[in-house]
Amino acid sequence: MAKTKSKSTNRTGFVAKMSNMTDTNLLLTITVVVFFVMYVGAIIFLGEGFLKPQTFLNMLNSNAALIITACGMSLVMITGGIDISVGGVVALVSMSCAVYLDYNDGNIFGAILIALAIGLAFGLVQGFLVAYLDIQPFIVSLAGMFFARGMTTIVNTKPFNVAHEAFVKLKDTRIVVPGLGSYNRLGKYVDAKIEVGVLVALLIVILLFCLLRWTKLGRAFYAVGGNMQSALMLGINVKQTKFLSHLICGLLAGIGGFVYFMHVGSGSASHASGMEMNAIASSIIGGTMLTGGVGNIVGTLFGVLSLTTIQNIVSSAGLDQAWWTGITIAAMLCLFLVIQSVVMARKKHK
Amino acid sequence: MKKKFTFNKQLLIPLAAILLLTVFNLIADPSFFAIKLDQNSAGDPVLSGNLITILDYGSELAILAIGMTLVTAATGGQDISVGATIAIAGSVILRVLCGTDSRPETLQAPVIVAFLVACVVSMVFGAFNGVLVAHFKIQPMVATLILFTAGRSIAAWINNNELPVISEPSFAYYGNFIPGIPVPTPFFIAIICMIITALVLRFTTLGLYTQSVGINENSSKLNGINPVFVKFITFVILGLCVAVCGLIKVSRISTINYSVIAKDIEMDAILAVALGGNALSGGKFNMTASILGAYVIQYLTTTLYKFQVQSTALPAYKAVVVIILVVASAPVVREWVAGVWKKRKAKHQVKEAN
Repeated sequence: MAKTKSKSTNRTGFVAKMSNMTDTNLLLTITVVVFFVMYVGAIIFLGEGFLKPQTFLNMLNSNAALIITACGMSLVMITGGIDISVGGVVALVSMSCAVYLDYNDGNIFGAILIALAIGLAFGLVQGFLVAYLDIQPFIVSLAGMFFARGMTTIVNTKPFNVAHEAFVKLKDTRIVVPGLGSYNRLGKYVDAKIEVGVLVALLIVILLFCLLRWTKLGRAFYAVGGNMQSALMLGINVKQTKFLSHLICGLLAGIGGFVYFMHVGSGSASHASGMEMNAIASSIIGGTMLTGGVGNIVGTLFGVLSLTTIQNIVSSAGLDQAWWTGITIAAMLCLFLVIQSVVMARKKHK
Repeated sequence: MKKKFTFNKQLLIPLAAILLLTVFNLIADPSFFAIKLDQNSAGDPVLSGNLITILDYGSELAILAIGMTLVTAATGGQDISVGATIAIAGSVILRVLCGTDSRPETLQAPVIVAFLVACVVSMVFGAFNGVLVAHFKIQPMVATLILFTAGRSIAAWINNNELPVISEPSFAYYGNFIPGIPVPTPFFIAIICMIITALVLRFTTLGLYTQSVGINENSSKLNGINPVFVKFITFVILGLCVAVCGLIKVSRISTINYSVIAKDIEMDAILAVALGGNALSGGKFNMTASILGAYVIQYLTTTLYKFQVQSTALPAYKAVVVIILVVASAPVVREWVAGVWKKRKAKHQVKEAN
């Protein structure tokens, strides 16, 4: 990652620091600032509800699956690819697990295995097609998305709730976060709680962060995304790296699918519709560049949070229709894409 | 498009697909090809049958394929927002025709005015995509992902989430049948579009410029072509195609369903381009092959419907077709096949020599 030289020495410290930042850090800073500004804005204009820790934790609760899939998406995007099949995979996983648990009376361990297997299968095939056959990732994953969506209805057409005993128990398990409780309207103390999925999501964020920052493979992801030719000359196995990024993304989509399933507790063909879009949007808002080579998992986490905050603001501002959410997310994505494009163009000029 | 008709190798792929599907249908159920002369509810003679369905629904796909081919050739990417933009165009048409009343007795404006407004609106949305792709250099599929998500929401917003219904029978002509003519109208609209496209490609430099930008952007720039403008204009043309499609779509049912209208049509349009043997990574294109490809896709869809495949499960089958197509046309695979072929030939020659 090339550092840019500040043009003049008489700039104030802050500006000089900004222009000295690496691409990753600059975009990450923008994201974190935007998130905090939005959250503070929400607290000021929309009331105290946003001040409660539980409101914040609920954002995590309902978006654990999105965090996981968005992390996979960031990984692929850092390597210079894209994977829009994640939403379809999540739907397929939740439907397959639901059918397995409810109709076939399976156990939870088996369901987890199914989820991982589906995710791995998609990752394997898509990774092979993209890395070794050199086909555009977008086309491959578009086909993957339609295949997963179609397969979901082939597995089962009707949406239904799972009544499997052990699963419902797992689904309703809440973990108390100490020290973050608050008093409800009646003055009673309520503990702040998170779902199991959140722990999984946070674990994955930490793991991927370590992978990208401190391992050889993580460095290889950045190198391949930044410049494939030079990565090749550095002796990095470009094809294998690309393949691995898609494989991990598929696997994470499988895990995300199970976490999503744990959250909703039902199977439906319309589950996770538009999740690929949200995952891409989170990654981009989180400072991952579409052109590859730039990105940060922590940024992706903040990207998801920003996205959810926007959704919460939209719904608490009384614009309850579903279409407002779509428009705001698209507008935000558009804004960040343009910011990225402008930032990069300016850096090139210097 | 060409002065002299020379048989193009590219046409072989869609023609082979047609042959394959035809043979398959002949063996499975020859009644697939039956065409009947029925009377519709208004008492006019209309043709019906699977082949007519293909002609009917394939036509709107063919119109889309024209624009999609140009976008693919110039940018090396595809527009995945066409389905959503069709919803917007349809919504605009209904909005203009209905005014403020969602169940008007008479049309509030002539259909042609509504259509022109829809043309302008979808060209503006096309221009939006075009600016993102050409000026801000965002990958086409990601740039169009924005409208892909927001499009249907915008369409619902245009009509305040109401579902206007038009009772005027003449509005239904564009998507169904004109009284007295037993062939579905979309086919004629598609033919008009094809003629216009052929004339434009023949008498302007559009085709040449899009191909040269798609093949090598930098060298076309050095040759005095403005790649930004060429890419931009292809998206605007696609917007025009989308508006025509939107008119056909809303005219078919005289109303609109924002979440269902033209669903998954982007997949079909991309498939049509791929099936026409055009490289999805841009460059040279063959319009005739794309249009033929569009009808083949509809042929495939109708065949699948015939075998009781649910409409929601269709994408899975089509996805397999896409993967087979892109794998078969991938340079790596082609080289590998050519290599194997050469080796076998060489072995054969050695054997003969011995």
